[in-house]
Amino acid sequence: MIRIANGQGFWGDWLEAPVRLVEQGPIDYLTLDYLAEVTMSILQKQRQADPSLGYARDFPPLIGRIAKSMLDRNVRVIANAGGVNPIACAEAVRKAAPGIKVAIVLGDDVFGRIDEFLAKGYRMANLDTGEPVTAVRDRILSANAYSGAFPLADALATGAHVVLAGRAADPALALAPMIHHFGWGAIDWDKLASGSVAGHIIECGTQTTGGNCQVDWQTIPDMGNIGYPIVEAEPDGTFVVTKHPRTGGRVHSDVVKEQLLYELGDPKNFIAPDCIADFTTIHLEDIGPDRVRVSGVRGRDRPANLKLSISYANGWKAMGTMVYSWPQALEKARIADRIVRTRLESLGLRFEEIYTEFLGSSACHGPVAHACPDPPEVQLRIGVRGDDRKAVDRFTRELIPLVLSGPPGATGYGEGRPPVREIVAYWPALIPREEIRPSIEVLG
Amino acid sequence: MKVPLAKIAHTRSGDKGDTCNVGVIVYDARYYPALVRELTAERVKSFFGEWVKGKVERFELPNLGALNFLLHEALGGGGTVSLRIDAQGKTFGAALLRLEIDISE
Repeated sequence: MIRIANGQGFWGDWLEAPVRLVEQGPIDYLTLDYLAEVTMSILQKQRQADPSLGYARDFPPLIGRIAKSMLDRNVRVIANAGGVNPIACAEAVRKAAPGIKVAIVLGDDVFGRIDEFLAKGYRMANLDTGEPVTAVRDRILSANAYSGAFPLADALATGAHVVLAGRAADPALALAPMIHHFGWGAIDWDKLASGSVAGHIIECGTQTTGGNCQVDWQTIPDMGNIGYPIVEAEPDGTFVVTKHPRTGGRVHSDVVKEQLLYELGDPKNFIAPDCIADFTTIHLEDIGPDRVRVSGVRGRDRPANLKLSISYANGWKAMGTMVYSWPQALEKARIADRIVRTRLESLGLRFEEIYTEFLGSSACHGPVAHACPDPPEVQLRIGVRGDDRKAVDRFTRELIPLVLSGPPGATGYGEGRPPVREIVAYWPALIPREEIRPSIEVLG
Repeated sequence: MKVPLAKIAHTRSGDKGDTCNVGVIVYDARYYPALVRELTAERVKSFFGEWVKGKVERFELPNLGALNFLLHEALGGGGTVSLRIDAQGKTFGAALLRLEIDISE
């Protein structure tokens, strides 16, 4: 049995989590997931501004902090913190923790190969809209293939303490140590599927140990000290989901079910880079306090294509807010919205979209929200987006005048003019698997 | 007998681009047949009304006592494009808990 933990559900997750996982109980592998769909484009921009950047900058100091415990307790780290510059990230890790050997998995970054792919006839059509990537070719900011667990397992085989990847698929981080440790092969579909399910269960950190959980949420103990998830994996593919003793949160089949369904598409076709898992075969069993056993997972042949994560510049946006108090708070906010729109119109500003919400009334649940007759306050929130940065910038100056020139009782404008943000949009596409050739480099 | 979905099930929702997924899980397996019978894709589509511009797909996971719904074109463009406060559809699952469903045998 090996213990695989996840100490980072996204970049920005709790900084203490990985430290506590290593120091508060036994684990063999610590996985850390830093990348969301558009993170790569942000990192690409950072690299363009400074060639030594373009990775998750929280990662090297973290390794510096836990290096001694990692070595003492024989814990190895697998992370997709490399972003678009895994070599620079590895060098920064070596600087922060000189005794740590780092293996880097390369080959996922295809930003420089788009034209080569187009020349070969790959359309890289948007999986949602069907549009060919040529529609946004000159605005592409990053392009990466979601790579699988086998290159990560090869990197573990080098004996490195830290395995660092760019856009490794989230579930692959947990599957890799199982392949490495148990010697699973490329056609062990059921086992690979089971390991991918394990990865999916822990990839969002505490969403499987009681965080963001609807079931008896008021009774979930000690959330301030919540335990991050650990999988106890067996060679036959079955595993137990748990957390360290004396930590907060709750591991129960109800909680694990919520996470299994999180961001799920067709449950019979959960497509990972290394296999397809059938979520309708998963069997869950509560076998003790904070222990859920997972078995029965069936898988089948991996897909011929790998998924590409392409990001591109798609205009500008800004969101501004103003708070109106009782009485008639909602009516005041509605009239203030009309005033802003009238002024934008009179300035001749054109946007692709102007979108208004009334927080405290209907923002989250829209048409299905239950009306609250006369709420104590309502926050007006107006957003605009469009290709014309100047128009968006002008919009950001049109809210504050409402304080003196709109309905009574406006407040909450203390943060001033809202920022104009570039929209980096996501373009999911496919590329034949053979085009992606992973390689491994070792530092230290 | 009609009850709000919240009485028999819990939910979790999230995003994939402009598609919102809502997982609905019964607390007690004996309510699963009623859930499958009552909570159709059409009902979810009409419940959310103008907020779901595309189609609604439904998938069954009897092993988990769960249904998974995909609500297409439901997030105002999705991800970084959407201007909504809940661009990732994190609260869609909670919204669905209001829906009244008939749990008579």
